[in-house]
Amino acid sequence: MSTFLGMPSLPAFGSGNLFAGESFPKAAHRELGNAQLRANLGHATHTIRDKRINVVSELPDWEQLRDAGSAIKQSVMARLPELLEQFEENFTARGGVIHWARDAKEANSIVAGLIRDTGETEVVKIKSMATQEIGLNEYLEEQGIEAFETDLAELIVQLDHDKPSHILVPAIHKNRTEIRDIFLREMPGADPDLTNEPSVLAMAAREHLRRKFLTAKVAVSGANFALADSGTLAVVESEGNGRMCLTLPETLITVMGVEKLLPTWQDLEVFMQLLPRSSTGERMNPYTSLWTGVTEGDGPQNVHLVLLDNGRSAALADEMGRSALHCIRCSACMNVCPVYERTGGHAYGSTYPGPIGAILSPLLTGIEAEENNSLPYASSLCGACYDACPVKINIPDILVHLRSVDVDSKRGKKKVPSQMDVGMKAASWALSSGKRLGLVEKGLPLGRIAAGPDKKITKLPGIAGGWTQSRDIPAPPAQSFRDWWAKEHQTPDNTPSTNNKEAQP
Amino acid sequence: MRIALFATCIVDAMYPATARATVKILERLGHEVVFPSGQACCGQMHVNSGYLKEAVPVVANHVAAFDTADYDVAVAPSGSCVASVKHQHPMVARSCGDTALEARATAVGAKTYELSELLVDVLGVTDAGAQLGSYFPHRVTYHPSCHGMRLLRLGDRQSRLLRTVQGIELADLPEADQCCGFGGTFSMKNADVSSAMLQDKADNVRSTGAELCTGGDASCLMHIGGGLSREGSPVTTLHLAEILASTMAEQASVAGEVRVSTGKATR
Repeated sequence: MSTFLGMPSLPAFGSGNLFAGESFPKAAHRELGNAQLRANLGHATHTIRDKRINVVSELPDWEQLRDAGSAIKQSVMARLPELLEQFEENFTARGGVIHWARDAKEANSIVAGLIRDTGETEVVKIKSMATQEIGLNEYLEEQGIEAFETDLAELIVQLDHDKPSHILVPAIHKNRTEIRDIFLREMPGADPDLTNEPSVLAMAAREHLRRKFLTAKVAVSGANFALADSGTLAVVESEGNGRMCLTLPETLITVMGVEKLLPTWQDLEVFMQLLPRSSTGERMNPYTSLWTGVTEGDGPQNVHLVLLDNGRSAALADEMGRSALHCIRCSACMNVCPVYERTGGHAYGSTYPGPIGAILSPLLTGIEAEENNSLPYASSLCGACYDACPVKINIPDILVHLRSVDVDSKRGKKKVPSQMDVGMKAASWALSSGKRLGLVEKGLPLGRIAAGPDKKITKLPGIAGGWTQSRDIPAPPAQSFRDWWAKEHQTPDNTPSTNNKEAQP
Repeated sequence: MRIALFATCIVDAMYPATARATVKILERLGHEVVFPSGQACCGQMHVNSGYLKEAVPVVANHVAAFDTADYDVAVAPSGSCVASVKHQHPMVARSCGDTALEARATAVGAKTYELSELLVDVLGVTDAGAQLGSYFPHRVTYHPSCHGMRLLRLGDRQSRLLRTVQGIELADLPEADQCCGFGGTFSMKNADVSSAMLQDKADNVRSTGAELCTGGDASCLMHIGGGLSREGSPVTTLHLAEILASTMAEQASVAGEVRVSTGKATR
C-alpha cells in the first residue's frame, strides 16, 4: 500500500488593491498631462530627498546599518514560520487574539466580524498600508461600518474620495489650496473663512479629529514591526493620531503582513535608525508606540491581530524576488525615482507605487494578473532606488528578473510574436558574432542615405517610433570602427591581423 | 601593457571616432592596443528587456572573444557595458545553468575596465593635459551616467580627468545625478516618461551655457544629443574619450570629427 504524500500546492497569490488596471505607459501618459500634479510632486520629492540626504550623511555607520537591516530581514524570511509561531505564542499569552488571513477577502471579513461583535458602526483608523492593500475601508462601508482615517494626509485623501498617491505622504499630489477647498467642501463644520495656511489647515483637521477620537470605541491599525521574542507590536507615526487610536478605544484591531516580524527587541535599534531617516528625513521618529497584549485597566481591553499573507508566501517562493519582502515602507525609493517623480503614484494602480511597487505588486499577484506585467518596465534602471533603500533591496535586479519572468510567461502562448520579440531575436543573432555584426554594419551607408542632408533620422516606424517621438538619431558613420581597424591593421600578407580565432580566414 | 579594446556595439557602429580616440589615448601612453575581432555586444539590451534566453549567445560570444585573446586588461569607453560584463554576464550564465561559462565570464569581468577607471586606477593618469596632451578649448558640461556612477562607483574619475584638460571650461550640470531617461528599451516602451526625463536633462544642459555635453557613455549621449537636436538646439554631445584624445595639433571639433586625419595607429 502506498501513501500519497502529495505536493504542497503553490502559495496563493494576493488580491485586493494590488493591481494595475491599465498598463503603466497608458496610465503614465495621462498622469504626465497633469501639470499641477507634476509641479507638486517635483517640489515634494525634491524636498524630502534633500532632507534624507542630510540626515543620512550625518551617520558614519549608515552603510553598516543598511547591511544590518538587510541581514536581519534576510534571517526573518529564512525562518518566518518559526518566528510567526513564536510571536503567536507570546502575543496570545499576553491576552491578544491572533487571526490568520490567507488573502484580502479573509482579512476583511475577519475585521468586519470583530467590529460587528462590538456592536459599533464607526471605527477610527491609523494610517496603514496593509488595510489599503486589502481595501478594508471600502469593504467596511459595504457592511455598514464607517471608517475614519485620522492621519492628516489620509484624511485629506478620504474626504476628497481620492486614492493615496504615495505610501508615506498620501496627499503628495495635492497642494495647500486644493486641501483648503477639500476641507471647505467635505469637512462638517469647517470654518468658511479657512485660509490655506498649513497651521490653520492643521488646526481645522485637529478639531475635526478630536471629536472622533473621544467617541470611537474601536480602532483599526497596521503595524510597522512585530517582535517575536515578546509578542509586541509597534507603530511609528508623526502626528500623535496613532497614539490616540492605540490608547483611547476599547477594542484595537491590527492588520499586519506576515513579513513585518523582527526576531528580538534589540533588532528595533537598527530599524528605528533606518526608518525615520529614510522616510521623513528625521533623525528620530516623533511618536513610537509599542504594545504587548492587554494591560488591565489601561488602554484597549480587546486586542486583536490579523496576520495577512495575501501573496507574501508566493513572493517568498521567488528566490530572486523575495527580498522585496524586506521593505519597511519608508518610501525612500519613490522619493528618488525619476519615473515616480513624473508620473506620481496613481499610474502604478496598486497600493504600492514607485520602484518598490513595481516589483512588489507583481510578486504578490503573479506576473500575469491584470496589467501588472507592465510594472517592471516602469524604470530606466538608473539604480537610484537601490542606493536609497535602507534595507538594500536590489530593486533594479529584481525589475530585470521580473521582466524575464514576463517574457518567459508569454513564450509559446502568442500566435504572432510581438515586434519586440522579433527584434530581440534578430538582434541576438546579429550581436552574438563579430562577423555577423560586421556584415550588418556594411549597411551603415544606407542609414546615411535615410538621414539625408540634415544628417539626422527623425522618424522611425513601429516601436522604434517611441524613440523618434522626442529624439533624432544622428546619421551613421560611413565606416564602422571594426572596418577601420581591419583596414588599418592589414598585415604584410594582406590578411587583417587579429588575435581572435573566430575571425581567422 | 597589452590592452584589449571592447568597442561596444553602439560605438563600433555609430560612434567609431570614440573608439579611435580610445585607441589614441592608450597608444599615446605607450601601450599596445588590440581589438579582439570576435567581439560584438555585451547583451545588456537583451538582459534588461527580459530576453534572458536571447542574451545567452550574446554573452557567450563576448566571453569567447575575450577569454581567448591575449591581453593584460580590457577596456571599454562605456560604464554601462562594463557594468553588464562585470555584473550581468555571470548571472546570465547562471540562469542557463552553464557553470563553466559563469566562471569564464567572471574572469573576463575581473579584467575589464571602464576607460576612466583604467586611466586613473591602473595607468596612473592624474593630469590629462600633462600626460595625454589633452587640449579642448570649449565650454563643456558633463553628465555622469547612472551605471558608471551607481554600478561601477566611478565617483569623480571622469570629471577629474576632464578638469585637467587644457583650455576646457567645465560648467557644472544642475541635477547631474538624475537619469537622462534613456534606459535602453525603456525609451521606447515608456516613451512618454522617458521623454519627460530627457526634457529636464536637456533643459539643465542648456542652462549651463555649454557648447556641448560630454560623458562616458555613448548611449546616454546619443539620447541627450538626440533630444537637443530635436529641439533645434546648437548644443551637441561628445564622448569624453574624444575630449581626452583632442590635442593642440589634432583638435576635436564640438561635433566630434577630428579636424586632422587620424594617423595609422602605431603598434
